[in-house]
Amino acid sequence: MRQLKSFGAFWYDFVIGDDWRVAAVVVAGLALVAVLAHAARVNAWWALPVLVVAALVWSLHRATTRR
Amino acid sequence: MNALPLILTVFVACAVEAVEALTIVLAAGITREWKSTLQGMAAALVALAAITAAIGPAVGELPLTALRLVVGALLTVFGLQWLRKAVLRATGYKALHDEASAYLREVTAAREAAVQRKRGISDWYSFTLAFKGVLLEGLEVVFIVVTFGDNQKNIGAAVIGAAAAIIVVTVTGIAVRAPLTRVPENWMKFAVGVMLTSFGTFWGAEGAGVAWPGNDAALLVLIPVVALAAAACVAWLRSRKAAAAAPAKESEVVPS
Repeated sequence: MRQLKSFGAFWYDFVIGDDWRVAAVVVAGLALVAVLAHAARVNAWWALPVLVVAALVWSLHRATTRR
Repeated sequence: MNALPLILTVFVACAVEAVEALTIVLAAGITREWKSTLQGMAAALVALAAITAAIGPAVGELPLTALRLVVGALLTVFGLQWLRKAVLRATGYKALHDEASAYLREVTAAREAAVQRKRGISDWYSFTLAFKGVLLEGLEVVFIVVTFGDNQKNIGAAVIGAAAAIIVVTVTGIAVRAPLTRVPENWMKFAVGVMLTSFGTFWGAEGAGVAWPGNDAALLVLIPVVALAAAACVAWLRSRKAAAAAPAKESEVVPS
């Protein structure tokens, strides 16, 4: 069980890293872009870059104001 | 797309990983025993080859749209992790990754650990230290090679970039017999973070159904935009840190 936990923790750290919110914003952003493209027929190419930069700024702000 | 940006991106990303793996291998080999260290390194390379053989073709079998969506998401998250750390290190909010001090830490720990023979390996500590170091850093190399190579349908170019990086770092490491402390690791990580985030965003959005204006040429705009945004974050955090430090300094000079 301990080995399974450390295996899971390794992959979590490898893929998600220090701030899970960044991964959440990226996944939500891709979902939003997909919905806009397929359901609303909007070619929102600009949406993901904006969200990615916003996620970076948000994560950095959190990391530097918590201390 | 021209293979050169792909080769250069993979080269820089893999060079960073190779420098970190080299530090661990040198610490184990020089302070403990080379035979067990090299056995650990070889075992890790076999494990990496098996992982690559298992996931490489599986990733290649995915339809291109699904591949770009999944790989784009992973690369973007991965790239943002690198960028976040690089920005925090560049602004002093996180200690710089210093290969010299990392090497000293590993050497101290290696000197203190007892010699233990296990499973036919004469020094189990050296074996596991080299195995873990090479496997962990190697996994990142495999991830970058497979994702970039498959997405660009040019695994060969990605492998050339990775192999060149590993050869250059290994040969330099053998020549100087010391960790590569003069490598500007944080700025390399910053550059890799920018590239991974940009390619990830590009492929992810494409996989989600977006048509980029100018197709592949959009990357020529996207990469500088991400780089400028990250550089602006460095400037913003530096100025905020300076502003926070200023009142403290002022209060120091106020006469009592």
